[in-house]
Amino acid sequence: MIELKGIRKQFGDHVVFDDIDLTLERGEIIVIVGPSGTGKSTLLRCINFLETPDAGHLTVGDLNLDTTHATREQILALRRRTAFVFQNYALFANKTALQNVAEGMIVVDRVPKAKAYARAREILERIGLADKADAYPASLSGGQQQRVGIGRAMAANADVILFDEPTSSLDPQWVEEVLGLMKQLAAEHQTMIVVTHEMQFAREVADRVVFMDQGRIIEQAPPAELFSQPKDERTQQFLRKILAANVG
Amino acid sequence: MHALDFDYMLGLVPILLSYLPLTLEMAAAGMACALVLACLLAVIRVTRIPGLNAFALLFISFFRGTPLLVQLFLFYYGLPQVLSFLVAINGISATILGLTLHFSAYMAESIRAAIVGIDRSQTEAALSIGMTRAQLMRRIVLPQATRVATPTLMNYFIDMIKSTSLAFTLGVTELMGATQKEAASSFLYFEAFLVVAVIYWIVVEALSWVQKWLEKRLNRAYQR
Repeated sequence: MIELKGIRKQFGDHVVFDDIDLTLERGEIIVIVGPSGTGKSTLLRCINFLETPDAGHLTVGDLNLDTTHATREQILALRRRTAFVFQNYALFANKTALQNVAEGMIVVDRVPKAKAYARAREILERIGLADKADAYPASLSGGQQQRVGIGRAMAANADVILFDEPTSSLDPQWVEEVLGLMKQLAAEHQTMIVVTHEMQFAREVADRVVFMDQGRIIEQAPPAELFSQPKDERTQQFLRKILAANVG
Repeated sequence: MHALDFDYMLGLVPILLSYLPLTLEMAAAGMACALVLACLLAVIRVTRIPGLNAFALLFISFFRGTPLLVQLFLFYYGLPQVLSFLVAINGISATILGLTLHFSAYMAESIRAAIVGIDRSQTEAALSIGMTRAQLMRRIVLPQATRVATPTLMNYFIDMIKSTSLAFTLGVTELMGATQKEAASSFLYFEAFLVVAVIYWIVVEALSWVQKWLEKRLNRAYQR
């Protein structure tokens, strides 16, 4: 189970969000949507301490921490339980696809090298990039890079994978293959939190869609409900706008 | 004016070449030590470890701000008067020490710039999978910074090879010291120093080829 309680983040005087609560069951898939600049990505980054929250409690699996008094060990433990997929892929530029996937297992989990590489090869097989094992990120397409990014997250064996706008930097022709891989993970009941503007993906895959606006969770509901009968005025407005844009 | 004594020059080549290994050994030892020290200084500067950062700044300032020759004299002739355990220091060790400290100050700044230039997303990705700061430095940032810094570091290495010639002022008979002795006995100064100049030149040119090869190799991972 993953639980966020009373999470606050501010940059200087600007409070991005305050008192955010969010709970996920194991195997649940949550998609967070909302206008740009409402703190969706920042919230995601707070869950694995890429940003340090200014208040609140985080629970991931058996780890529970007070974000204001988190020790170094707790933060490292939290990061081992959460994996992150970046908007700009952020693959290690000095490592091959295979090494990118294996790196965390070798360095963080101390898995013996041979075993880590064998497991990394299995993952590359699953993400359809077995033939790119020895390719460096610079020689891969955006879609391939992001799939390796997802493979790296899969290798972490985390309780939850956090996706921060995983398709926003991609050329349109690569979006489908990345979403396809995410759907595959969803079908395997991988717990995930996805920040995205891909409404179709949210509709198809999410167990619950969370709508955020101006640093608040306005409403959350299963996609069928949220998309057809949004309760809040702001949700309705947002959906009208984004659906119009998607059609156009 | 007299014609160049080619026979003398040709005869000098093997004699001088026998001193080349010492020159290269001093440069290689100096470079190896300087690299380690420069990496340490650079990491201290980047992470701003309190106290150590101030020391690193002072260190870099002093060794960049004073001539190498002055530093060598300080270590070889000066320091043993103050620190008695240094009396045993020989010219070769003093040269390696001087080269190390002097060049590490310059190299630290190049490495620091290279580290700072590595995209922040690399650090974030490493942190996100649970690496410690030390792990991400060693496994992700420093290898990438190495590639960026290599051309500059190779230039310092070339400079260091040439700077080993100052060892002759500490009484070391290396390439330059040997030439000096040969010239003093033959009085053919022009021939002798021309030969040694060409030897340095060829060594440096050879190294430039190594540099090109190394850069190509290091860039392999980044080719589209």
